[in-house]
Amino acid sequence: MTKSILLVGVGGQGTILASKILTNGLMEAGYDVKMSEIHGMSQRGGSVSSQVRYGEKVMSPVIEKGKADIVVSFEKMEALRALDYLKEDGTLVVNNVEIPSMSVITGDEEYPDDVLEEIEKHVKAKVVDATGLARGIGNEKAANIILLGTIIKAMGLTHIDWDAILEANIKPQFLELNKKALQVGIDAVE
Amino acid sequence: MKKLLTGDEAIARGAYEAGVRYAAAYPGTPSTEILENLATYDEIYAEWAPNEKVAMEAAIGASIAGLRSIVSMKHVGMNVAADPMFTWGYMGVNGGNVIVTADEPGMFSSQNEQDNRNYAKAAKIPMLEPSDSQECIDMVKAAYAMGEQYDSPFIIRLTTRVCHSKSIVECREREEVPAKAWEKNPAKYVCLPAMARGMKVRLLERLKTLEGVSETTPFNRAEMGDTSVGVIASGICYYYAKEVFGDKASYLKLGFTYPLPKNLIRDFCSKVDKVYILEENDPYIEEFVRQIGCECIGKDLFPSTGELTPDVIRACVTGEANKVIDFDKTKLIARAPSFCAGCPHRGLFYRLGKRKDIMISGDIGCYTLAAGKPYQAMDSTVCMGASFSLGAGAQRAFHMEGESRRVVTVLGDSTFFHTGINSLIDTVYNKVNTVNIILDNRITGMTGHQENPGTGYTAKGEETTLIRIEDVVRAIGVKHVYVINPNHLDEVDKALDECLALDEPSVIITRWPCALKKFSKEDKAEFDSLFVTRNKVDADKCIGCRLCLKAGCPAMSYDSEAKKVSINRAQCVGCDVCTQICPKAAISKED
Repeated sequence: MTKSILLVGVGGQGTILASKILTNGLMEAGYDVKMSEIHGMSQRGGSVSSQVRYGEKVMSPVIEKGKADIVVSFEKMEALRALDYLKEDGTLVVNNVEIPSMSVITGDEEYPDDVLEEIEKHVKAKVVDATGLARGIGNEKAANIILLGTIIKAMGLTHIDWDAILEANIKPQFLELNKKALQVGIDAVE
Repeated sequence: MKKLLTGDEAIARGAYEAGVRYAAAYPGTPSTEILENLATYDEIYAEWAPNEKVAMEAAIGASIAGLRSIVSMKHVGMNVAADPMFTWGYMGVNGGNVIVTADEPGMFSSQNEQDNRNYAKAAKIPMLEPSDSQECIDMVKAAYAMGEQYDSPFIIRLTTRVCHSKSIVECREREEVPAKAWEKNPAKYVCLPAMARGMKVRLLERLKTLEGVSETTPFNRAEMGDTSVGVIASGICYYYAKEVFGDKASYLKLGFTYPLPKNLIRDFCSKVDKVYILEENDPYIEEFVRQIGCECIGKDLFPSTGELTPDVIRACVTGEANKVIDFDKTKLIARAPSFCAGCPHRGLFYRLGKRKDIMISGDIGCYTLAAGKPYQAMDSTVCMGASFSLGAGAQRAFHMEGESRRVVTVLGDSTFFHTGINSLIDTVYNKVNTVNIILDNRITGMTGHQENPGTGYTAKGEETTLIRIEDVVRAIGVKHVYVINPNHLDEVDKALDECLALDEPSVIITRWPCALKKFSKEDKAEFDSLFVTRNKVDADKCIGCRLCLKAGCPAMSYDSEAKKVSINRAQCVGCDVCTQICPKAAISKED
């Protein structure tokens, strides 16, 4: 059975690195894996997404609406935007972070204060303060790896040797931080 | 060795394994990473050409001289390269030649959705369409073998989802292919009419042979299962179809899609109860299937625009959309891309958008974002290099009608080298007094920082002659040339005022590096205190007027309770545009 993981966020939050590590780990574990990304203008503050699918034999690299087993959002509004990709009984992990878009900065729109409430009307979200947790272990930028940890736990992938995958994909000076971050993420989900 | 590669990476890998020695391209999403990856192999010479036509011609030259060569481009780039490509098809290769086009169903980063499979048919050049990364490798290698055997360049047509999706591939050793000898052969390489007539005859004969190859190649294959539904699909649509129909259908997977296999298609259609043609964009396969007398269901059921993803196919076939969580869409806020903090385009467009009685003729690049809020400083964008020439036409038309409206044109440094130079020649030669702005941010920005003729470095990172835009502009004959720092709003205003008063063409070069660029030693020498400072808001002085926010900087935000603006220290790079806008001098440099 093919599983579908959707990572969404705002350009610059590190979704691409998280999905790179995830897909390499899945490949090393013997799964067939496909990943699809839309980038191009992703560094310029737009919405970004990485779609990861794995199983015995994966056909489409693209996740259908209503069919993601898990959606992990690096930002609150992006979680709401991606909600129609989640299966009705799927898992939603939300990083409790609010990033104003340009329309909010210029005053053309207001960032609603009840985004999480709207989400929780429909699904039970696992709200994680990944940015705060990352700050706690010394670097806010490790939030993406903490969120990767939540995927690994929620999808039952803890048997894979993630330390080895991190070693192959992360610069040595950031390795310990990211190993710690991954564990923090795994521990953040029951 | 097993690796997880994108289609773009796999095209480069396939070219490497096939012994390719020469690669040329102009960057364009979603094709850019092909040449970026080719440039990482020591065995391959790789270059950024100023545009796709030049890249194509360079690759043709390398092939004629005996090397295996590759040229890659986004779909609209093939329009630029079409002139040499059509005749190249007549000539045939010496060393094998592959032409890669990356199409964009859904238009994620493009101005149109053209289907370049039509180019293969129009230029009579055989075409392959891979469905995943392994096929990218296999088809590139096959294209060189077949191309040299049948004396033809090959087109490989990708789409965004093939280019930017990763799947598992098996990487193999490189095969070193010795260069073919060059021989004087005007009947093959000089397209004088007398020669070209003979070439056309040979081209048509070659196509006949290739029709036979298309019938037997393993890239075109029937996978028979349940025969109540038969699906004919190429590229990514093959996998989308498998996702939707699984083993409840039979498939004709087409990978060699010009020329199409007539007999194979007829045979397949005769064995299934009904035929779905699944293809994005144009009914390219469908028209052929109908032309050879087979019934099928195609664009009468499936859309001709956007991606044909599994949920789209499912909704068309069953009449029902996937069940989704229905939430309150009014809670969503838009999150469009915007100029980065420190973007050198900000100061220019902030001021330009405030000018009345002008038309702004724009171009293709990050700066096209100026069309949206808060600047609304772009009135037209067509294609690369069009800003100057379209603007010249509009300015001339306004003059002819006795209208006083002035035309300001805007393009980037890489776009200037791409096709802007020809357009500026038109402006000067035909005496149009447009104000032409070149946004020189010292790099090709939007596609992710590729070198260009103005940066002083090649695709391989070697130092080279730095072509100075102001020298080119003066050589063309522009007498009024301003080089300004776009972060200094008074310089922007002064240059605009003076140029708009002229009855001759003028050029304003806004020269400041992209904030995301990895600065070269030349950048560091030329530009003083490059993004090393920060700005701060004095909350006591801030009156909450929010004028500064109209500069559209993502580092700034407004606290509606405190009624004060603040600047995010992690994002601000101290460009000072906001400090010049604040009417209360509340924004200053951090100490």
